[in-house]
Amino acid sequence: MIYFDNAATTLQKPERVAQAVMEAMGTFGNPGRGVHEPAMAASRAVYDARCALAQLFRGENPARIAFTANATEALNIAIKGILNPGDHVITTAMEHNSVLRPLYELERQGVSLTTLPADRRGRVAYSDFEAAVQSNTRAIVCTHGSNLTGNLLDIGKIGTIAKAHGLSLIVDASQTAGVFPIDVQEMGIDILCFTGHKGLLGPQGTGGLYVREGVNVRPLLTGGSGVQSHSKTHPAQMPTALEAGTLNAHGLAGLNAGVRYLLETGIDIVRQKELDIMWAFYEGVKEIPGITVYGDFSQRERCPIVCLNVRDYDSSQVSDALFSQYGIATRPGAHCAPLMHDALGTGQRGAVRFSFSHYNTMEEINFAVSALREITQEE
Amino acid sequence: MIRKQERVVFTFHTTTDAMAAESLCKTLGGRMIPVPGEITADCGLAWCAEPGLEEILSDTLKTAKIPVQGVYRLMI
Repeated sequence: MIYFDNAATTLQKPERVAQAVMEAMGTFGNPGRGVHEPAMAASRAVYDARCALAQLFRGENPARIAFTANATEALNIAIKGILNPGDHVITTAMEHNSVLRPLYELERQGVSLTTLPADRRGRVAYSDFEAAVQSNTRAIVCTHGSNLTGNLLDIGKIGTIAKAHGLSLIVDASQTAGVFPIDVQEMGIDILCFTGHKGLLGPQGTGGLYVREGVNVRPLLTGGSGVQSHSKTHPAQMPTALEAGTLNAHGLAGLNAGVRYLLETGIDIVRQKELDIMWAFYEGVKEIPGITVYGDFSQRERCPIVCLNVRDYDSSQVSDALFSQYGIATRPGAHCAPLMHDALGTGQRGAVRFSFSHYNTMEEINFAVSALREITQEE
Repeated sequence: MIRKQERVVFTFHTTTDAMAAESLCKTLGGRMIPVPGEITADCGLAWCAEPGLEEILSDTLKTAKIPVQGVYRLMI
């Protein structure tokens, strides 16, 4: 089996990730809920994971990293935690439903929303951000990289616009964390939302958010915190403020192992390998008659994703043929990014997404290109 | 029987602060204990050490900007 669905979740992880989870399952108590050795082992592992992520994202300190179950939860916390009725917020057509649906929910509660359009190649104009700012604009919420086209947004550029107008910048790094350099301070990011199971190479059920010092986010959940037990209100200090209930310490031990692997290996090395693979695939398929590739390929730096359709076939048909006849795992359909599909003109049949990992090989790419050539020729 | 000795005890607001403190203080001396009943603290974890270590522990935590909720001398 050849796995090209790494934008959904990375299947192959460093061996140490599963080992860390297994070890945690046999040794961890509840993190932050006791001082005996099993509880301390869990607390230490969670803290070590915060340290690793603060280092990776260049956060001020580990306490600015709060953990969640996934990026969707992190985005819900960020979006619902800073916006109020009467506020205006700017987002883009590149977004995943994990950004759009919380925003639509707030729209029904009195938040006004401007969604910046994308062109046929999935690109958003940076000048549109500036033009959309109103007197009541509170924030910009945008992705770092499209899960459908792989197009990147220049977050540093958007951060400069946000700063110039006193706006908060919330970034969805689901497709870029662990692969592209993210410096939250240099890029002017106020809240960075990430998932653990994609580029960070951790287990599913892990994710989190970085919150800049001085940014106050209303918690989505309140409850057990392990601290201030006699207070009627949830603690205000980060990261406890955004972490109600027992953390997934077993999963976070795995996430820590994944992030430590990336810090040791170097994300530049990981990214260059993924880009080499993605570009080889793109070069192999772009000229095949009957194949339509979506997205902007004008710059080398982009998410390792190639989204395409074959002739007038439904994307599900193509993806199914790739797996059933060739053992190649891809994702067809709508990819939870409805506005991006509208912009690309693929709203009806979706698209087949090939998304790569640094564990993929050129042999796998060559095999997939041959498979697509055969499928395209079949009539 | 539990024998009591004088100890310096540092308390914290969050588990994360306590963990940060442990990572710095473990080589200097002391250990993490449950917060003694004589005092109250936000976090149930406290760093406990011999009284003579109070100054170096305080300085270390201050330099690292780790928020300390309280420092106590207790017979525990």
